[in-house]
Amino acid sequence: MYEIKKIGNTINGDNMKNEKYELIAKDHQAKVPKIKNAIIAFISGGIVGLIGEGIIELLCYNTHISRSSAGTIMIVILIFVASLSTALGFFDKLVTKFKCGLLIPITGFAHSMTSAALDYRKEGPIYGLGANIFKLAGSVILYGIIAAWFFGMIRFLLGGKI
Amino acid sequence: MTFKYNNVYVQDTATVAGPYEKKGPLKKYFDKTFDDLYFKEKSWEKAEIKTVKESLKLLHKKVGLKRKDVDVILGGDLLNQISATTYGAYDFSKCFLGLYGACSTSVEGMILGSVLIDSKKVNNAIVTISSHNMAAEKQFRNPTEYGAPKPPTATFTATGSASILLTKEKTDIKVESSTIGQMIDFAQNDPNDMGKVMAPAAIDTIKRHLQDLNRKPDYYDLIVTGDLGVYGKEILKDYMLEEYDIDLKDNYNDCGVMLYDLKKQEECLAGGSGPVCSALVAFGYIYHEMKKKNLKKVLIVATGALFSPTMVYQKENIYSIANAISLEVV
Repeated sequence: MYEIKKIGNTINGDNMKNEKYELIAKDHQAKVPKIKNAIIAFISGGIVGLIGEGIIELLCYNTHISRSSAGTIMIVILIFVASLSTALGFFDKLVTKFKCGLLIPITGFAHSMTSAALDYRKEGPIYGLGANIFKLAGSVILYGIIAAWFFGMIRFLLGGKI
Repeated sequence: MTFKYNNVYVQDTATVAGPYEKKGPLKKYFDKTFDDLYFKEKSWEKAEIKTVKESLKLLHKKVGLKRKDVDVILGGDLLNQISATTYGAYDFSKCFLGLYGACSTSVEGMILGSVLIDSKKVNNAIVTISSHNMAAEKQFRNPTEYGAPKPPTATFTATGSASILLTKEKTDIKVESSTIGQMIDFAQNDPNDMGKVMAPAAIDTIKRHLQDLNRKPDYYDLIVTGDLGVYGKEILKDYMLEEYDIDLKDNYNDCGVMLYDLKKQEECLAGGSGPVCSALVAFGYIYHEMKKKNLKKVLIVATGALFSPTMVYQKENIYSIANAISLEVV
C-alpha cells in the first residue's frame, strides 16, 4: 500500500523506517479548514475595524476634538473593552469562534497583555505580573518599534516630512 | 527490556477528575469530580496540588491506610520540578521518589513500584499521577486566557489525579509483566501534533513487548496507548500492520480518545493528553472493569512526548517514549 523511496534509513538503530512513517502519517493528517478560517478572520477583523471607525465618526460628530485625537480615544476604548472581556473570561471563547480576526487588531494586543497579567499576578507584582506581562506582547512592541524606525528613515531619506 | 513479576498485585485505586472529564463517557468510573478548574484554590498549580491530595486521601480512606503503612510513594506530573506531586504527596509519604516521564509517568511509576515490591525491598507502593489543563497550558504554551486557535491535531491536557496502591498481598488483579521503552527520535518537532510525535515510541514498545513474550495482540482483551489522540491512533494501527504485520483490531484503543466524547466536546480537539490521561483511564475504567472481570488481560502503553519548549525553540527534535505494563485478573 505504501511505496518507500529510500529503504533502511534508521534513526535509532532499530529497523524502523522514517520515510514510511511519514507516508503513513500523511494519510492521517487532520484537515485544517484554512480558507474558511481566513474568511471568518477577514470578516470578524473587518467588523472590529468597522466598530473602530464608527467610534471615530461618533466622536467627531458629537464633540469638537480632531480626527487624530478621536483615533487615539477609539484605540483606548477598544483596548479597554478587550481587556475587560479577557478579565471577565469570554475573550478566549470569542477567539476560538472568530479566529485571528480578533487577535490581529489592537484588541488582540490588549488581550495578550491582560491574559498574561491574569495568569502571572499570582506570583506577585514584581516576579510575576511585571516580569511576564509582555510575554507575548514584547515581540510585537520590539519589532513594531524597529519596523517604525526603518520606515521612518525611508520616509525621511525620500524627502518626506518628519 | 521486558520482565515478568511474581508477586505484585493491585490493591486499590483512587481517581479525581476535573469538569471536562466529568462530561466525558468515563464519568461513572471516577471517585470524585470537580465542577470548575480552580477547585476552590487560588491558582492553577495549587488546584493541581489539591487533586493529588484528594486522590491520595481517597486511596488511604478506601484501604484504611495510615501514613506509616505506605512504604513509598512514587509520582510525577508535568509542572516544573514536579511541584504538584511533591507538594501534594507531602502529607502522605514516609519515603518518596519523584518521577518525570511526561505523559508516560503513570506506567513508569507502576514499573518502578512493581520492581521494588517484586524484589522484596518494599511491601507496598503508591503511584500517584496528576496533571492540570490550565497549569500545563500556562507552562508549555500561552497564558490560559489567551486561547489562541489550535489545529485539530492538538491534544487537550486532562485535569485530575489518579493513585494506585501496589502490594505484595494477593488480590484479584496481578501486575503480570512490563516493558521499558526506549527513547525515539523520529525527527518530529510539532508540539501541536503530539500523536505523530509519540506513535513511533508506542509502536516500538508494543512490538517489542509482543516479541519478547511471544504473544499475539489478541492475547489481550484490551491494549491501550496513552494519549496518541484520534490521528496518532490511526497512524499506529496502519504502521503496525504495514511494517510488522501486527493487526490491532477492536481490542486496541487510545486513552486520549476514550476519556472524552470527542464529537460533543469539540474543545478537546484530537483527544486527551497529559500524564493523568492514561492514569485516569487505567486506574478508573480499566481497574473497575477488571474488578468486574469484564476485562481479564490488559496491556497499558503510556506514551510520553519528552517535550521541552526551550529545546524546541532551539530547533531540537521532540523525543518520545512509551512504557508498557500488563495487568491480569487472577
